[in-house]
Amino acid sequence: MEFGLSEEQILLQDSVNRYLDEASSLDQVRELCKNPGADVWAGLVDIGVPGILVSEANGGLGMSALDAAIVAEALGSHTAHAPFIGSAVMAPVALEAAGTNPDDVLGAMMAGEKRVGIAVGEAIAARRDAGIQSQGASLTGKALYVLDHGADAYLVADQNKALFLVERSDHGVSDQSLATIDETRRTGELILDGATGIKISDDPAVLQKSLDAGRVILAADTLGAAQNMLDQAVAYAKEREQFNRPIGSFQAVKHMCAEMAAELEPCRALVWFAAHALDELPAEATVSACHTKAHLAEVGKFVAKTATEVHGGMGFTDLLGLHYWFKRIGFNRQLLGAPELVREEAARVQGLIG
Amino acid sequence: MDLSYGPEYEEFRQEVRSFIVNHRERAPRGAGQRDQVTLDWQKLLIENGYTARTIPREYGGFGAEPDILKSRIIAEEFASGKVSSGLGGQGISMLVPTLLEMGTDEQKDMFVRPTLYGEMVWCQGYSEPGAGSDLASLRTSAVLDGDEWVINGQKIWTSTAHIADWIFCLVRTEPDAPKHQGISFLLFRMDTPGIEIRPLVDMTGKANFNETFFTDVRVPKNQIVGERGQGWMVANSILGNERDSLGNPNATLSRLTSLIELMKTETISGERVIDNPVFRDRLMQIQGRVMAMRCNDLRVLSAKLNKSEARLARMIVKLQGTELRHDLEGLAIDAMGELGLAYGENPYLRDRGSWQAQYMFYLGLIIGGGTSQIQKNIISERGLGLPKEPKFDKGQLTTARS
Repeated sequence: MEFGLSEEQILLQDSVNRYLDEASSLDQVRELCKNPGADVWAGLVDIGVPGILVSEANGGLGMSALDAAIVAEALGSHTAHAPFIGSAVMAPVALEAAGTNPDDVLGAMMAGEKRVGIAVGEAIAARRDAGIQSQGASLTGKALYVLDHGADAYLVADQNKALFLVERSDHGVSDQSLATIDETRRTGELILDGATGIKISDDPAVLQKSLDAGRVILAADTLGAAQNMLDQAVAYAKEREQFNRPIGSFQAVKHMCAEMAAELEPCRALVWFAAHALDELPAEATVSACHTKAHLAEVGKFVAKTATEVHGGMGFTDLLGLHYWFKRIGFNRQLLGAPELVREEAARVQGLIG
Repeated sequence: MDLSYGPEYEEFRQEVRSFIVNHRERAPRGAGQRDQVTLDWQKLLIENGYTARTIPREYGGFGAEPDILKSRIIAEEFASGKVSSGLGGQGISMLVPTLLEMGTDEQKDMFVRPTLYGEMVWCQGYSEPGAGSDLASLRTSAVLDGDEWVINGQKIWTSTAHIADWIFCLVRTEPDAPKHQGISFLLFRMDTPGIEIRPLVDMTGKANFNETFFTDVRVPKNQIVGERGQGWMVANSILGNERDSLGNPNATLSRLTSLIELMKTETISGERVIDNPVFRDRLMQIQGRVMAMRCNDLRVLSAKLNKSEARLARMIVKLQGTELRHDLEGLAIDAMGELGLAYGENPYLRDRGSWQAQYMFYLGLIIGGGTSQIQKNIISERGLGLPKEPKFDKGQLTTARS
């Protein structure tokens, strides 16, 4: 019995963190935000990150979802710019689950030569004016809030939860970036007008698998971001003095920190379990992915607010940059299903809705 | 990640299961009684190594090597088999481990075996009306007079005082020493002249606790554990044990299962409660929290097995576990609406009134065993390294810097 990270996983965590410490400091994050399209992906490709969830048969590393979650945690902790969720998680998981690899898109993604954005939101919860319809291989409609916008191709879900790979260069594709609060993520809308897609799968289980993985990965990203905010708040509370005392010696402040730690610490074990379930416990994978996504969204929101408050007025400024983490956590909360939606899905999957 | 216990342990699990199947008719029906059936069951469990498992044979235990997974399997199987896992109480869970660590050979010989076999029942005399969270400020005094301690003062929350044969009690023996160094740990009989017990009725309507008064209670000098003035240290070696058992997520999981059943059964205007999206979302929120605490529990278990640290993960269990359980019981009451108010002799009572009783009882546990606020102090100071608050101790302000 071993519930935790292996030595290899701790090494992976260290090497990703070491790279991101170098490449994705707060100052660098600010710079990257000023240059749309710039990111730290090349360095992560060098470490082999896009191959984590690609099978050895397809030339990948064949590692576990827990390994991917460890990387996501590090990315969240560093508010790193990287197309990880699409090109290293949701697209590879869908392609592997479907048993297809058209034009060796997996190889191209692992080499860092190709990025695949994710346009599946409409198959989960379409907002007004959005939705993708397919007829054969022809796709029409609009996908809002595409993840890793500006990629070379998109993984698109249609009204029946069938998945297609659509090249951005296709004549029927136009896309436009949309500004959100989180400048570390690239999002936008994708408009398809008779675009040609390569069908990946029409089995909704394939989308579900990709979605489960995506949700756990967003939760892991929130875990990293929230842990970083808590660490910053604790460090600040030890240092900052008012009334001739460190503010961290006042119970009012101390208890805010304790509440954050008490909420966040079990989240670590929850993320580990949900990632493990993706690979090893198929019957529990969707329920635990939904609960992990929702629970981390709630705890993340609480930590983001509370850690900011511990910093007082400085927490509200751009100077400290805490808002990058705050916004990252806010972004993760809404994408691929807000807490209410994924909890409802957890209930449905368990057969609790009459 | 490997969530299996391995073949050796699965074999052990089968042994435990077949023991339960073969002997369950001998198990006592109610909990907490000391009738012959209960005592016989306790003896049977000790002889088979299902309770007092790692306590040395010479003191009446089973004498097995500590094995965290086997202990865990025993707990799991007795819980899922719904049979008594043996006697509990503060004598067995707190005093026995303390005596094994700090007691003299004579004390171990005299107290451990009869305590394990349920022949000697204990109560705990720690808290006082003026010494709750600040336990070390306790004032019950013990003054040496010849070969005897003479005890005067008052204890509160002495849960089993009315049935106890003995008490383990913290008293102030060195009034001039700093508060943590003036306390001693005494053992004495509850039928000693000068002891008065008054039941303390709580919000559940029952007297789950007592107040215990001491007036010139005379106790032989050698009934002390550890040295004079070491009582705080002696007591602290067992307070950790108590906290570990509060907020157990596996007990919470079985309540969650009952809550889901309740919400499928109860109806509002013909619609099942669980089909109301607001109630269902609240249920799912609780389920997510239970799942997080169960995963946390597995992490703590695994860390113990591998002798590694999951300090913070362990430290937050009492706080999070008791608050979660209180919220869970409260959702059941809301799901029943007016019916959830039924209590005592009410023909519409659901599940024998357990939801109301547990809702109130868990508020007691949020407060008892170190309040949630004290837990937050511990988490922030020992877990996160935040500085202590300045303290007034004997009129002196000690500095906040640490």
